[in-house]
Amino acid sequence: MLGDEAIAQGAIDGGMSGIYAYPGTPSTEILEFVQHAPLAKERNIHRLWSTNEKTAMECGLGMSYAGKRVMVCMKHVGLNVAADPFVNSAITGANGGLIYTIADDPSMHSSQNEQDSRALAKFALIPVFEPSNQQEAYDMAYSGFQFSEKYKLPVMLRITTRLAHSRSGVARKEVKPENSVKLPENPTQFVLLPAIARKQYKDLLKKQELLEMESENSVFNKYIDADNKSMGIIACGLAYNYLLENYEDGKVPYPVLKLGQYPLPKKMIQRMVNECDSILVLEDGYPVVEELLKGFLGIGINVKGRLDGTVPRDGELDPNIVASALGIKQEFGSDKPKIVENRPPSFCSGCGHIDTYSAMNEVVDRYGRGRVFADIGCYTLAALPPFNAINSCVDMGASVTMAKGASDAGLRPAVAVIGDSTFTHSGITGLLDAVVENTPMTLIISDNGTTGMTGGQESNAVGKVEDICKGIGVDPNHIRVITPLKKNHEENVKIMQEEFEYNGLSVIVSRRECIQTLKRRNAMKFAKKMD
Amino acid sequence: MKTDIILAGVGGQGILSIAASIGMAALKINLHLKQAEVHGMSQRGGDVQSHLRISDKEIASDLIPKGKADIIISVEPMESLRYLPYLSPTGWIVTNTKPFINIPNYPELENVMNEIKKQKNYIMIDADSIANELGSARSSNMVMLGAASPFLNISFETLEQGIRDIFGRKGEEVVNVNLAALKAGRDFAEKNR
Ligand SMILES: Cc1ncc(C[n+]2csc(CCOP(=O)(O)OP(=O)(O)O)c2C)c(N)n1
Repeated sequence: MLGDEAIAQGAIDGGMSGIYAYPGTPSTEILEFVQHAPLAKERNIHRLWSTNEKTAMECGLGMSYAGKRVMVCMKHVGLNVAADPFVNSAITGANGGLIYTIADDPSMHSSQNEQDSRALAKFALIPVFEPSNQQEAYDMAYSGFQFSEKYKLPVMLRITTRLAHSRSGVARKEVKPENSVKLPENPTQFVLLPAIARKQYKDLLKKQELLEMESENSVFNKYIDADNKSMGIIACGLAYNYLLENYEDGKVPYPVLKLGQYPLPKKMIQRMVNECDSILVLEDGYPVVEELLKGFLGIGINVKGRLDGTVPRDGELDPNIVASALGIKQEFGSDKPKIVENRPPSFCSGCGHIDTYSAMNEVVDRYGRGRVFADIGCYTLAALPPFNAINSCVDMGASVTMAKGASDAGLRPAVAVIGDSTFTHSGITGLLDAVVENTPMTLIISDNGTTGMTGGQESNAVGKVEDICKGIGVDPNHIRVITPLKKNHEENVKIMQEEFEYNGLSVIVSRRECIQTLKRRNAMKFAKKMD
Repeated sequence: MKTDIILAGVGGQGILSIAASIGMAALKINLHLKQAEVHGMSQRGGDVQSHLRISDKEIASDLIPKGKADIIISVEPMESLRYLPYLSPTGWIVTNTKPFINIPNYPELENVMNEIKKQKNYIMIDADSIANELGSARSSNMVMLGAASPFLNISFETLEQGIRDIFGRKGEEVVNVNLAALKAGRDFAEKNR
């Protein structure tokens, strides 16, 4: 099973009644697995996509309020979108078991940054589980609900791309029944009025000591003693595997703390500090543990890791990086020959975004480049040659609002480009800002009817885009719908030109089905006919 | 016994079908298995790779360390070179010779071939033509698997059995086409190693 699949299976077997998520690599396969699982169908586990990560997390909190077990999944940057319910749900606490599975992407395989969700969990005072393999991923999802119910707290299951997308065998456990609906004992538990919140925050602070005790006794935290005390090694999550890989039969000569549950187990760490001359911290992501141990001035404990250059400051760990940190000699194969060129991802041939951009570029060139604020999705690939069409890609929804800000500053025309799924994720509220001021700008919604970049999940925008625009007050005369096809090029150029010239807010919906979902649909039709 | 395999190609070429066939065979003989895949962004016509590790002992890392791979199986010639740092001094390259050209600066094919020929152990196979001759263009990945089969430490019969299991649902004809492709690849490798 993929790590993602193991988590989904663990949650189903652990008695989950609902999963809420917005797609995002490398977390997407978790909800997708639940959608295809027979038991999920049988139990009618909630498993449709949410509009964004904030709505997903709040739905999850609602299901937990009602006493049922629920998982919420997203990629790391999704947690920024859901930060408000995330931090506050630590203070409300949970009722039914509540697991937030957050997938980090060190080395930015498919993301804008490599932020470390453990840092946000520590900020919110939420306990974290970090698996080192697919079996632990299953076990943590399976038992995480119980842990959450025991402490009436949401828990985070933190994974990284490598674990999410690698496969190995997983042994399943007995399937648990679902919870029935059961309201919180305290009717004001979820009412964060200041007077109540102050009290609950104190409770949350008090719980930390108990959580630390849990970490000391956790099956996921292991102190493995060894003779060579010149160094002790703390290996978080997957780093433990890379460590073992470097020694025959996994026999590490130094004491090792294998870490899979936070807050940090103080006694275990104290022991390592007492017994070893120095400490090497191996962790994927930010130097979260290392910074804690080192302290601001770095006096006291002799800690090695990302901060002193023993391990590179950024990027994903691998067995070779860990070997270097351990001073182990390595022999690589021959270098990659110079003639090997990069092969960046590109638009699929026949993609509608291509025709949208060819028309747009022709019009933009009449004014000069540098005025197109884009967003996140397949259409971001237009940043690369030969298009060089877009000038920003920051976070979901930022196209609309950055174009507005630039227009407010006097840039005319100002153009935003967004995909349909990104539009409903976070574009609507920004568009309302522009409606209120009738800001001179043009929003192009490049609508392929799916969430393409992440593999073609259902888009909540389908069939609703024009109505949403009209509904929040965009002038219907300036909502134009075009079909991005070569044969319509001249007409599309004309329409874009007209709207760029309009001294107010306009929306162009450029709609043609994603070539991948179209192919899949046709293949399915064909298969049906053959049956 | 441990075999570390790097699968390489371009997004959409279906390298994971090769991985799945090896994986199925490995499970048949109760080997441990770990496989790291690439999903998401890099699938869209970009370079993709997968690390597949099979062993009779427990496997620690999902990733193969550089210098340790026993074999690079590449369904595209330039992509076979991208992962050379991973190849062990005794390792094999098994690569398709049919280029997938979706970038303007793809190197001269002859230069690519020369680079491959500089390596110690390699098999260059025109898997697409062989598959076409067998009348099933789509089974070129099975030809590739056949060409790699002498180096996997899995018996040919076990691989065949794995393929029967994977394609069994689709009927006898599909199974036979894939078995023929596997055999053709194997024969080529035996003659040209
Ligand atoms: C906050 C956040 N959530 C999720 C993602 C992952 N993500 C990147 S692009 C994308 C899909 C965008 O779909 P759409 O806007 O319809 O454009 P398409 O890819 O179909 O062209 C998603 C979900 C992200 N980058 N940031």
